[in-house]
Amino acid sequence: MRILTIAAASLLAFATLPAYAEDKVDQAAVEAVYKDMFRNAKDVWAQRVVQDETQKVCSQYRNDLPQAEFNKVLAREKANVKMPADGNVMGDWKAGEKLAQSGFGGRFNDKPGTINGGNCYACHQLTKQEVSYGTLGPSLLEYGKVRNFDPKEAAATYAKIYNPQSVLPCSNMPRFGHHQFLSEQQIKDVVALLFAKDSPVNK
Amino acid sequence: MLTEKGGLALAAAALAFAITAQTPAFAQDQSEKEIERYRAMISDPFSNPGFLNVDRGEELWKKPRGKKNVSLETCDLGEGPGKVDGAYAKLPRFFKDTGKVMDLEQRLLHCMKTIQDLETKDIVKRKFSPSNRASNSDMEDLVGFIANKSNGMKISQPLSHPEEKKMFKIGEALFYKRSATNDFSCATCHGEPGKRIRLQGLPQLNKPGPDAQLTQATWPTYRVSQGQLRTVQHRIWDCYRQMRMPRVEYASDGVTALNVYLNKMAEGGELAVPSIKR
Repeated sequence: MRILTIAAASLLAFATLPAYAEDKVDQAAVEAVYKDMFRNAKDVWAQRVVQDETQKVCSQYRNDLPQAEFNKVLAREKANVKMPADGNVMGDWKAGEKLAQSGFGGRFNDKPGTINGGNCYACHQLTKQEVSYGTLGPSLLEYGKVRNFDPKEAAATYAKIYNPQSVLPCSNMPRFGHHQFLSEQQIKDVVALLFAKDSPVNK
Repeated sequence: MLTEKGGLALAAAALAFAITAQTPAFAQDQSEKEIERYRAMISDPFSNPGFLNVDRGEELWKKPRGKKNVSLETCDLGEGPGKVDGAYAKLPRFFKDTGKVMDLEQRLLHCMKTIQDLETKDIVKRKFSPSNRASNSDMEDLVGFIANKSNGMKISQPLSHPEEKKMFKIGEALFYKRSATNDFSCATCHGEPGKRIRLQGLPQLNKPGPDAQLTQATWPTYRVSQGQLRTVQHRIWDCYRQMRMPRVEYASDGVTALNVYLNKMAEGGELAVPSIKR
């Protein structure tokens, strides 16, 4: 039955695929064009154009990995999560809220020394008060409350923000800790925003 | 102690609060409606400053310039030398004389060099006019003029030449290419239907249909927030900025490849340019 469904689905997909979709991509040509697009990028900026293994495989499979690749990414990304040395994952939720609001940092026109924001609201609903939120990620309303403010869940959330792909390979969410886009303290502050009892997320 | 009048005012205020701020979902709907109202308000072609660029672009097209002191009027944009009508609806496309797939900007720069012998370094330097200051970009003007000459026509992306097919595949691969400090690709924001970033609706651009049509058919556009006419080159440059990538080279083949891909998804979209957007 399952095979039949797959066969039917692939037949349907094939029937609707336009002719141009059948040609194979010339990966070397893609790389050459890509390199040329950013040919004047220097130093750290040039580094950003170089994909790591996980970015490569997620691009190649358009975030939909075969099982073997999925397992490889999961193992690799799990291994690079660094939990806080002091064992505490909770920071200051008020600082976390500011980070969640900020989309600054990391862009070529940001002033040097700009503090990177987490920009959580761009993709997630977090509090009832903030109505300007995006829907690329799930709603995080009452995130800590529905997890009974469990410290183990808070630690798991720290790991997830540090590296979402340690939980879900090819997740759309940035690997904030892995890329050192957010600092340890900043991630703690966002965890507090999600898990503090007096945080507006849980009100 | 409350006076009767004060009590009434308080009751009225409470009622108003109950109506306007009932639930976050309600406030959300209201914000979206307000944004829609704003969009409708600014979508008036007779008050669209982008048409000033169109007029200036026409002058630049006809003006003798460069060492050869000739105009661009013999430039072949794909429909034959000097033929501007309908050219934008079929770009990017393969050009035999260069052996390359070129978008409008690449072709214009090519014509400036070969026909006019014009120094394009300065032209490229002024590729984007500074936001909310006097416009100074020849390219924004020229693209505005030429794109406008395809108004009412349907986007019809040529894909019969092997080089055009190749650029389509490259554009598609670029669309899904994740990189930099935030692991973003075009698909992160434009790969699914009905998504929003903050309150801004995000068009799905990896699927043929109305989202891609409406997007590609409304660029170039006058950006109210920047006070300038902006082209697809600027839109893609700005997307990569937000993706925390380095500056995209102006009129590079990568932008052309992405445009081939996006225009194929937008096939059949009716051009209405310059449009006006937030």
